[in-house]
Formats: sequence, C-alpha cells, structure tokens
Amino acid sequence: MNEARGERAAMDREKSVHYVNPEAFNPASVETLTPEQERYYQSSQWKIMWLKFRRHKVALWSAVILFLFYLNVPFAEVIAPYTANDRSNDHLFAPPQAVHFFHEGEFVGPFVYGQTASIDIQTVKWVFTEDRSKVYPIRFFCTGSPYKFWGLFDASFHVICPAEGGTLFLLGTDRLGRDVYSGLIYGARLSLTVGLIGVVISIVLGMTFGGIAGYFGGIVDSLIQRIIEILRSLPELPLWMALSAALPVTWSPVWIYFGITIILGLLDWPGLARAVRSKLLALREEEYAKAAVLMGAKPSRVIAKHLLPGFTSHIIASATLSVPSMILGETALSYLNLGLRRPAVSWGVMLNEAQDITVIVVYPWLMAPVVPIIIVVLAFNFMGDGLRDAADPYK
Amino acid sequence: MIFYILRRLLGMVPTLLVISFLTFFIIELPAGDYISNQIAALKATGESSSIAKLEFLRKEFALDRPFLERYLVWVGLWPGPHGFDGLIQGNWGWSFEYDKPVAEVVGPTMPLTIVLNAATILFVYVVAFPIGIYSATRQYSWGDYGFTFLGYIGLATPNFLLGLILLYFSNRWFGLSIGGLMDPQYIGKPWSMGKMMSVLGHLIVPTIVIGTAGTAAMIRRLRANLLDELHRQYVTTARAKGMREAHLLVKYPLRMALNPFIADIGNLIPSLVSGSVIVSVVLNLPTVGPVLLTALQSQDQFLSGFILLFVALLTLFGMLISDLLLAVLDPRIRLGGRAVS
Repeated sequence: MNEARGERAAMDREKSVHYVNPEAFNPASVETLTPEQERYYQSSQWKIMWLKFRRHKVALWSAVILFLFYLNVPFAEVIAPYTANDRSNDHLFAPPQAVHFFHEGEFVGPFVYGQTASIDIQTVKWVFTEDRSKVYPIRFFCTGSPYKFWGLFDASFHVICPAEGGTLFLLGTDRLGRDVYSGLIYGARLSLTVGLIGVVISIVLGMTFGGIAGYFGGIVDSLIQRIIEILRSLPELPLWMALSAALPVTWSPVWIYFGITIILGLLDWPGLARAVRSKLLALREEEYAKAAVLMGAKPSRVIAKHLLPGFTSHIIASATLSVPSMILGETALSYLNLGLRRPAVSWGVMLNEAQDITVIVVYPWLMAPVVPIIIVVLAFNFMGDGLRDAADPYK
Repeated sequence: MIFYILRRLLGMVPTLLVISFLTFFIIELPAGDYISNQIAALKATGESSSIAKLEFLRKEFALDRPFLERYLVWVGLWPGPHGFDGLIQGNWGWSFEYDKPVAEVVGPTMPLTIVLNAATILFVYVVAFPIGIYSATRQYSWGDYGFTFLGYIGLATPNFLLGLILLYFSNRWFGLSIGGLMDPQYIGKPWSMGKMMSVLGHLIVPTIVIGTAGTAAMIRRLRANLLDELHRQYVTTARAKGMREAHLLVKYPLRMALNPFIADIGNLIPSLVSGSVIVSVVLNLPTVGPVLLTALQSQDQFLSGFILLFVALLTLFGMLISDLLLAVLDPRIRLGGRAVS
C-alpha cells in the first residue's frame, strides 16, 4: 500500500509540472446543474418571464379573469341574450329577474318568473311584481333575437336566451327597456379595447420620444425631459375633458371612439418615455452594448439587437399598468357626456344613466357597470404587478 | 433658503408659459369660436339683426385675429383692442355663456376648490403617515394585511364611482344627501360659525372619496421605504446598543423614509386635482369642476381656458409646496449640492 501511494505521489508530481489534459475543458463539469436548473438557465428571456410570472398566483388568476372578460369582445352578440339596443317597451326600468331552480318544490332547472308591470300613480313609477304562475325556463344554445354578427352576417344564435314569449333581464332594464346585462357584455367591447389601443399609441409615442432623448442626449434630451415634466404635472382628466369636448359632434361613433383612444394615449406617454429613456441610458453603459459598439456595429443594430430586447419586457409591464387608467378615463368621459354616446355602448355610457341621485336610489341596478369596471381595474393592476416583477428575471 | 425659493419660482415662469400656450391651443381646437357659432346659428334661422352686435363682440375680444396674436392678447403680452389687457394684467376674460366676466363666474368657486384640494392633501398625509408606519413596523400582522387589502380596494375603485356608491348608501342607510357643500339653509348667507361647520361637515365625504386612492398609494410607498430602512445595519446597531424602539424609529429610519414620502405627494397632486374635478361633478360640489364641464360643453372658451389654467396652476403650486417641504427637510436639496462637495 505504501508503495502504491509513493508511486502515485511521484506521478502527481510529474503531472503537476508537465501534464496537460488534452481534452476540452467543460465548465459545467465543475458545478453540475440539476436538469431543472439547466432548463432554467438555458431558456429564453420570455420563457423565464413566464416561469416567474406563473409563480405569482394572484397575477395569474387576474390574467385568467381578464382573458374571460376579453372573450366578450369578439363574441358579444353570441353571449348576450339580447342586443344592446333592443328595447322592450313593456319593461321600462324593470328590476333584475332572479334565477330560480325549483318551482313549487319541483326541480325545473334554471328559470325566471314572469313580471307584470303596473304604474304607481302616486310616485309616477313603474312597479313590477313577480308573477309566480308564469315559469320561463332559460334556454341555452338557442335561437333568439336576431343580430348582425360583427355587423356582417345575419344570425340569431345565442348561448343563452329567454323562454319563448318570456323575458330574461338578469340585471334589469334601463329607461328605454334595454337589458342591462346585455349592455354590459356589449359595453366590454368598447370599454376593454379603448385601453389597449390607447396603450399602443402611448407606447409608440413613449418609445419614440424616450428613445430620441436617451440616444441623442444633450439639448434634445433636456428639451424632451422638460416637456415630459410639464405634461406630467398637468392634471389629466380636465385635459381629457377639454380634448374630447373638441371632437366634432357630427362624427360617427366609430370616429369618436378612435378620437377618444388617441386622446387617452396622447397624454399617457410621458411616463413611458421616461422609463424608456432611463433604461436606454443604463443599458448603453452595459459591457455587452459597449462590446457591440467596439466591434463596429451600427447604431441601428445596437439599438435593435442589443438594447431593445433588454427593455421591451419592462415596457410591456408598465404599459399594462397604464391600461386601467385609460379604461377609467373613457368611463369618466362617457359618464360626463363628453365621450362616447348612444348608440355606442360602453360601461361609461351605461353609467351615464345613473347620473341622478334619485335614479341611483330608485333603480340601483343601473349602477351595475361599476362591478365589472372595478374587477377589470383590479385584475389589470395585479397582472401588471406580476409582469413587472417577472420582467426582472435575474433579480 | 430664500435663494432656493426664488430659483424655484423663476423656474416656474417658462413652465407657466408652455402650459398657458397648451391650454389655449386645446380650447381653440374646436372649429370656430363661441360667437362665430352663434352668428352661424343666427344666419341659419334667417335672423340678422343681432349679427352686427356679435360681430362687434368678435372684434371686442380679438377673436378675428390670427391664432398666435389671439394667444398673446389673452395672456396680455400683446396689445388687444383695449391695449395690454390679459391674464397678466388681471383680466381673466369674458364668459359668453353667463355674459359676465370670468372672474365673477369662477371667483366664488375658487376658494372652495383650493380648500377641497388642500383638505384632500392633508387627509392623505394625516391618514397615510401613521398607517404606513404601523404597517411597516408590524409587518405581516393582521392589521398590516387588513390595511394592505383596504389599500388595494381603494386603489382599484375609481373615485367618481366611489362617490356614486357612497351617494347611494348614505341615502339608503342614513337618508341624507351628501351632495353640495353646505346645508341648504346657509346658501347665500354671510359666513358664520354655523356655516363654517356645515361646510366642514360636507367636506368630509368628498375628501375621503378623492383621497382614498392617493392614500392607498402613499401607504404602500411609505411602508416599502420604511421596510428598506428597517433592515439596515445601523438599525440593528442602535437596537443592540439598547436604544428604545420608539426613539430609534423616529430618530433614524423614519427620517430616511420621509424624503420619498414628501416627494411622492408631488406626483400625486395631479391625480388628486383630476379626481376633485370629476368628484365635484358627481357630488354636485360648487367647485370649478362643474363649471368647467358646462363651459366645455357650450364652448365657452375663455371660461374653460381660464379654469384649465387655474387647475394646472393648482398642481404646480402643490408641487412647489412639496418641493419646499423637501428642501426644509433635506439640506442637500436646499443647498443645491454645494455642501456635499
């Protein structure tokens, strides 16, 4: 044994002086990674973002909820039992019809009782009483009130419709007998997309101005910085009000809609531009960016290949956080009669009917749009928080 | 300190000029002006007797001049029909809708607007400060979770909807209307103790409605800042040397966390002022909000322009005050970095 040890020691000595391992050195052999870690380190930036985002449970659920809400956008006509402007003249200001399952102790499935309307002479108010003798089972996957799908094809297929000859006002009706629930679903179309388009405009402006300021620096930078500072110090809502009051009344609802989105995006970009600028300034100093410059890459290549990927995730995250403020902006403008108007339907337009304190007290279901607005705003905030955390994968 | 204030005030001049130009540009965006629209309407109905008078008014308010000149006349940097007579000289313009000077229309609503906004800022400070400290020092306690949850709700509920909801419930539960700024019996009466108390009582709900979102944001920020500081080593050192906990908190980490707390309120002010405008419309408060809305709808341009400018000025002054507070707190800012080097 002693002999063997001595031999090895001699060999080691020999090795340490002259021996060079001819094989290629694999750094991974020094510290081995578990397959999981390996996958993590080798996956792309977006993959890591997703892995990180998935761990944020509240943000994930918010994203799911938002997805469900956004399903209403393309399929509003199919999901809603009525169209948004269907009038039911016998049911003005009808209260919500409760969904029942048992009729006189017998299981019938989901159904609503009929409503009979009478007028209260004293208060000059419609009074609705539930007519327990009439049972209207709710139909599913059925043909109901006709509509034009996307304004193109005539159709009458609905996921849910009232019984033949019956009504289905899950959230009541408004002043003209329009179904509030259907209104909410149609309203999602405008209310939810207004923020998205506005954010796209804001991103384009923010990237442009922030990029110019961050890349050129000097006088241009300080000039843009000043403008950003001033715009940020102005109260948004009064300016939104003034700008949307400037939209010509003769415009069609579609043009008004685009006008509003542009207005919302126009005042939102300073925050983004600032983020882009500071990110750009920081990334410009990174070693890999310097290396690219030293290797003779053109500015356009440096920006597009090396700098942009570094902060797009941030931009998306902070853009998500500014969507809710735009949704609220549209709601506020429409509520004040400065934004969209009927026949366009958005949640703000629907809330417009709840302007009067008497209306609010007597017909509280007209405030229904408040609920989806709060849910969507909360969900966007949580999702934005999650995205922002996920955008820093190496932290 | 005086130099700092002077420097800040001087810095506001170009900002004000840019803002005034921006507001003038925005209010001039709609096609035509109030009077030319009236002339068109009169012509359409075939009436021509009062057109001459309106034409005279157009000249009187320099509406027939080119855009840039109109702007300069409005500000008071260019001689108008009556010489230099614009905002700088104290002439706030003429309201066509009310047929009164803007000063008379807006004047009575301005003090209330300022009071409401000041009360809201005070509310945000007073409520956010103790709750933020509590949440940070008792992290992950039930109280902390409760306040965090409330904060999220407060952040997500848009203030004018909150106003609507409160309007509904206060009417339903207490049978009282929270609109208006004083009891009807005091309207038009001279100021007295009773009227003061009535106004203060009516200010509570709008202040809470406008301030909730801001308060929630401030609590979150103060909590985060203070938590950062509380985990620093100097805190551990002070604690190890036997300093009392309350004394320790006030002496070191709180001072560090106070700076961003004050600075952030400057960022909050624009949204607070925005909120006060729409909440005033919802709750029917006699501030500049409802006047602005009607002025915009009827294209009463000098009135809406002045209110926009006033509201922007309000935020600028709010920011100035927060900057001055910051300067008082932090000598580095006050001395402009000279003391450091």
